[in-house]
Amino acid sequence: MGAEFVQLSLTPLLIGILAAIACALPGNFLILRRQALVGDAISHVALPGIVVAFLITGTVSTWPMLIGAAGAAVVAVIVIEVIKRVGRIEPGAAMGVTFTSLFAGGVLLLEQSDTSGVHLDVEHALYGNLESLIWITAEGWGSLLDPVALADLPPELLRMAAVAFVISLLVAIFWRPLKISTFDEGFANVVGIPTAAISFGLVICAAVAAVAAFDAVGSIIVIAMFICPPATARLMTNRLEIQVLWSVVFATLSAVLGYVLAGYGPIWLGGENAVSAAGMIATVSGIMLAIACLIAPHRARIGTPKGI
Amino acid sequence: MINVFLDALLLQAGYNAALVAFGAALLGIAAGSGGTFLFLRKRALLSDALAHSTLPGVGIAFMVMVALGGEGRNLLGLLLGSTISAVLGLLAVEWITSRTRLAEDTAIGAVLSVFFGFGVVLLTVIQTMSSGYQAGLEGFLLGSTAGMLFGDAVIITIGGALAVGLVLLLRRPMTLVSFDPEFAAASGVNVQRIDFAVMGLVMAVTIVGLKLVGLILIVALLIIPPVTARLWSDRTEHVVLTAGLIGGFSGYVGAALSASAPHLPTGPIIVLVSFALFVFSLIFAPARGVLAALLHQRRFRIRLHRRQGLLALAQKDAIRDRFTLAVLRREGLIRPDMAPTEAGRDAAAKVLRDESRWAMARRLHQHDKIPGRYDGLTPIESVLTRDEVADIDRRIEGSAGFGGGDGR
Repeated sequence: MGAEFVQLSLTPLLIGILAAIACALPGNFLILRRQALVGDAISHVALPGIVVAFLITGTVSTWPMLIGAAGAAVVAVIVIEVIKRVGRIEPGAAMGVTFTSLFAGGVLLLEQSDTSGVHLDVEHALYGNLESLIWITAEGWGSLLDPVALADLPPELLRMAAVAFVISLLVAIFWRPLKISTFDEGFANVVGIPTAAISFGLVICAAVAAVAAFDAVGSIIVIAMFICPPATARLMTNRLEIQVLWSVVFATLSAVLGYVLAGYGPIWLGGENAVSAAGMIATVSGIMLAIACLIAPHRARIGTPKGI
Repeated sequence: MINVFLDALLLQAGYNAALVAFGAALLGIAAGSGGTFLFLRKRALLSDALAHSTLPGVGIAFMVMVALGGEGRNLLGLLLGSTISAVLGLLAVEWITSRTRLAEDTAIGAVLSVFFGFGVVLLTVIQTMSSGYQAGLEGFLLGSTAGMLFGDAVIITIGGALAVGLVLLLRRPMTLVSFDPEFAAASGVNVQRIDFAVMGLVMAVTIVGLKLVGLILIVALLIIPPVTARLWSDRTEHVVLTAGLIGGFSGYVGAALSASAPHLPTGPIIVLVSFALFVFSLIFAPARGVLAALLHQRRFRIRLHRRQGLLALAQKDAIRDRFTLAVLRREGLIRPDMAPTEAGRDAAAKVLRDESRWAMARRLHQHDKIPGRYDGLTPIESVLTRDEVADIDRRIEGSAGFGGGDGR
C-alpha cells in the first residue's frame, strides 16, 4: 500500500467506484420502472455518437465525444418513440431495432474511417481501459497534497467525480417526485407531478452516467452497473431509501473487488498477467446478484410462500 | 466497386464468398422467421441475453481445446462451447424470473452483462496464453468472413439449412402458440415444449450466426425482420413468411456487399441492409406506415370539413373556414359565390336529416352502445337497421306533429 499503489491503482480504483455508483443510482429507478434495458441500449448507441464526434473534430478529445454520445442517446430515444408510435411496435422490439442498427452504423463508420492514429476501436469501446488510467506523477500518498502532481490526475477521474456528484444531487433533489412517479404514475399525475418530464429526465440522467462511464471504463461495466447492484439491492429490502443505499454499497464492492481480483487474482493463481478489470467488475457484480438470489431476505415475490 | 458487388451478388466472387453469401441467406431466413415467434411472444430481447452469454463458452472451449493439445480454433468445438454457455445463460434468466421477484428485463440485462463481462475476462486470459491460435476469437464479437475457412463456411451453410428446416417443420404449432397460447393449450399443443423449440431455434440461429454476424449484432437479425414484416401484415403466417424473406435478402445482399470491398464488416452490413428495409417499410407500409397515416388523417379531415360545411349550408349559416369552402367547392356542392348548388342542397338536407335521426337515436338508446357510435361522421344507416331508422323517422315526425313532445 505504498507509492506504487497510489501511482498505479488508486485512480483506476476511484474511477471504477465512481462510475459504478453513477450508473447504479439511476439504475434503481430504471429496474423498478421495467426499463432495465435502457442502459443496455444507451451504451450501444454511444459508439456511433463517439465515432461521429471523432469524424467531425478529428481528435479524440473529451467534450466532443461526450456531446456526440449524449446526442446519439437522445436520437435513439426519439427513434424508439417514433417506431413505437408510428409502427405500433412493442417497446422491447422497438428498442432492439434501434440500438442494434445504430451500433452497426457506428461499427461501419469506425471501420471505414482512418482511426489508425488514435486510440479508438470497438474493443476499446466494449472493454474500456480502466487499467491505463494511472496517475503517472504520483510518488506516494504525499502526492495527494502536492498541487503539481494533482494537476496531472487523469481527467477521467475529475469528470467521473463530477458526473457522480451531479447525479447524486439530482436524485436527492427530485427524490419525492421520482419515487412517487416510479411507484404510482397515476397518483403522481393527479398530485401534479410532471411524470413525462421526470421519466425523460431519468433516461437523460442515465445517458449522461453511461456516456461518462463509457468513456472511462467501457460499456460492459455500464450495463452491469445499471442492473446488477440495484437488482441485488432490490432483493435486500422493501424500502426504496435502503435499496438505494444498498445499491451504492454493492456498486462500490463490485468495483473494488473486481479491480483487485483482476489485478492480483491471476498472480495469486500463479499467472503473470492481469485480466480485464471491466470484465471482472461485471463478473463480481453478477456473483453478488446470484448470491442475493439464493439467500437475500426479500428475494421472493410477495404472496409466494417461503421455501418454494 | 459496383462490378465487384455484382460479382459477389451473382456468386462470381469465388467459391468461398458464394458459400458465405448462401449461408448468410439461409441464416437470415431462419432468423427472420424464427425471430417472428419470439417477437410475437413479446420476448424479443431474450435473444440478446442468449447471444451475449455465448462469449464465455467460446473462451472456455478455446482453452479446453488448447489444453488438449489442439490449435484451439476448431469452429465446431467453439460453437459447442458457446451452445453450452448460452443454455446456461437462458436457464439463469428463467431461474431469476421464476424464483425471485426481479422482472424479466432485469434478469436479461443482468445475465447478458455478467456473462459478457466474464467472457471478456476469459478473452484477456487467452490473449496472454502462449500457445494456440487466438487471433480469430475477436471475430465472434462482430462477425468476420474474411479469412474464413472452407470448412467453416460449410458448417454455417449446413447450420442455416437445418434451422430453416426446423422452422418449416414446426411452423404450425409455433404459430398457434405465439398467437394464442391459451387456445393452443386447450387444443392439445404442449405449449412449454413448443416454447422450448422456439428457444432452440433462436439458439441455433445465434450459434450459427456467431461467426458471420457476431454475438453483439445477431439479435438484430432476430428482431428487425419480424418487426418489419409486422408492418406489412396482420396475419401470422404472412408475417413469418415475409420476415423470412426480409432476413434472407438482408443476409444475402449484406454478405455480398461485405465481400465486395475492404473494411465492410459482414455483421454490421447485414444489419444495416435489414434496417434500410425497415425504414422503407415504416414509411410505405399500407396500414401502419407513415404515408398511410398521413393519407388517413387527410381523408378524415376532408370528411369532417365536408360534413360541417353541409350542416352549415342546411342551417343557412355562413361558412368562413377556407378549407371547408375548398372542399365543398371541389365536390361541386357550392358555386364560387358560395351559394349551394342543386347537389349541395340535396347533400345538406341529407346530412341535416342524419343529424336529427342521430339526435333521436341518442335519446331512445340512452342505455346501450348506440350513442357511443356517434362521432359526427358516421351515417346512421351504417349503425342501425332500416327498420330502426324508419322507426326513428316516425318518431321524429310524431314529435314534430305534437309540437315538440318527446315522441314516446
